[in-house]
Amino acid sequence: MPDKRENIKSRYTADRAIPGAFEGETVTRRRFMVGTTHLAGAGAALAFTLPALAFALGPVFERQKATWEDVGPESAFNPDTYVPVNFTNIPGIGDVGRTTAYVRRFNPALDGSSQHKGEAIQPYVAISTRCAHLGCPVRYVPAAERFICPCHGGVYDKLGKVNGGPPVRPLDRFYTRVRAGRVQIGPRFSVNSQLNRFSPRDPAEPLDGIGQYAYPARFSTAKP
Amino acid sequence: MPKIKLPSPPPGAVPKALRPAPQRPQEGNGKKSLKDKLIHDGTEAGTTVVDWVDERTSLSGATRWALFRKVPKGTNWFYTLGSATLFAFLNQAVTGVILAMYYDPSPTRAYESIRYVTNEAFLGEFVRGMHKWGSSVMVILIFLHMARTFFFGAYKYPRELNWVIGVVLLILTMVMSFTGYLLPFDQRSYWATIVGVNINGTGALIGPYLSDFLRAGPDFGATTLSRFYAIHMMLIPGAIAALIGAHLYLVAKLGTTAPPWLKAESEPELREQEV
Repeated sequence: MPDKRENIKSRYTADRAIPGAFEGETVTRRRFMVGTTHLAGAGAALAFTLPALAFALGPVFERQKATWEDVGPESAFNPDTYVPVNFTNIPGIGDVGRTTAYVRRFNPALDGSSQHKGEAIQPYVAISTRCAHLGCPVRYVPAAERFICPCHGGVYDKLGKVNGGPPVRPLDRFYTRVRAGRVQIGPRFSVNSQLNRFSPRDPAEPLDGIGQYAYPARFSTAKP
Repeated sequence: MPKIKLPSPPPGAVPKALRPAPQRPQEGNGKKSLKDKLIHDGTEAGTTVVDWVDERTSLSGATRWALFRKVPKGTNWFYTLGSATLFAFLNQAVTGVILAMYYDPSPTRAYESIRYVTNEAFLGEFVRGMHKWGSSVMVILIFLHMARTFFFGAYKYPRELNWVIGVVLLILTMVMSFTGYLLPFDQRSYWATIVGVNINGTGALIGPYLSDFLRAGPDFGATTLSRFYAIHMMLIPGAIAALIGAHLYLVAKLGTTAPPWLKAESEPELREQEV
């Protein structure tokens, strides 16, 4: 290899006695042709791989629309016990998109006044049945005043805080509002062990300590 | 036209009835009868066709290179686990393509189409069973094949790259199992996939976005099923088939290893020189 290098006397094609060389030309026509072909091939390949990739990845960056679902009149709920409501959480896929939430009126004695720091208090507490362990549906047992998950034995207290088992954070909640005397349920949000509000996280993602940084908010989060 | 020289079996191995009959005495002045000509052409037809293809592709050399290899002394039944895995994959590919003729990957129709395949389509239950149980067979065989490679030391130089390709194939097979499990779309597969996607989301930093990618959104939505279906029947099988090709090429190129309980024997002449 070094011997070959020495044989190249000049970087100018004209000096190397290449037929048809121009004055001051450093790139041979063969090299130029090879480079052009490679560039054209790369351009053609990118022309279909980039759109296809962006198409497949699109949903990751697409912000969801917030939907508000009517779940009944205000008189249907009370501040002491939960009432299960069934509503469409994900539109367009039939029964699969329906989910259950446990709803009761906001209760200062139970929830405290600092339920969500710095944010407007939700008029109703709507607790999601999606277990914070791996997403199985929990049910509320009124006698025990506990939420219990059938899959891996997660137990939550009346506020949805973890009582035992594998869940890494309290049960998620939904935004609520009252329109014309009827309760509406909006997008989901997650809470840490202090019941501070975070954008919705998937189950099994802790929100205390380093967890809130290890599992960042997603682009798909709906704005209420 | 060059004729392929097929290896002939040892004398006596072929039963008498199958041995080529000795040449019949020619009738007349050396002219073959039509019957003899037809018999001759008929028996030569296979060779003629193979010759025709080979003359235009030179495939016989590659075939001989890939199939007529020397194998080390001590090669035993454990060495068939890789082929067994390959055939499990082929079974999955063939039955999967047939099942795709009936399957409808929409959230409202998927369960009904699987119910139709299982309960009403002719042999549907059998073919679906082949696909369902075959997936478990493939995973088991892959692990046995991997264990054989590990315990025989067959991952060592110069076969490290083949081990790496094998590990990628194992991961892709796991992705196949994961994405295929959702497709029947009954309660079990639905909740198992919810749990599986959430386990996948526990990966720090990248996990939440990976879950969004798998579900096509923050929740299990309208396009999640078709996304899993496309990954299951297009994306991953293509990658698996390509990597199996590379895997087999390296097997043919590098050969197989002898079992570890056999010691390498040097040539007798070289041994004398060593002494």
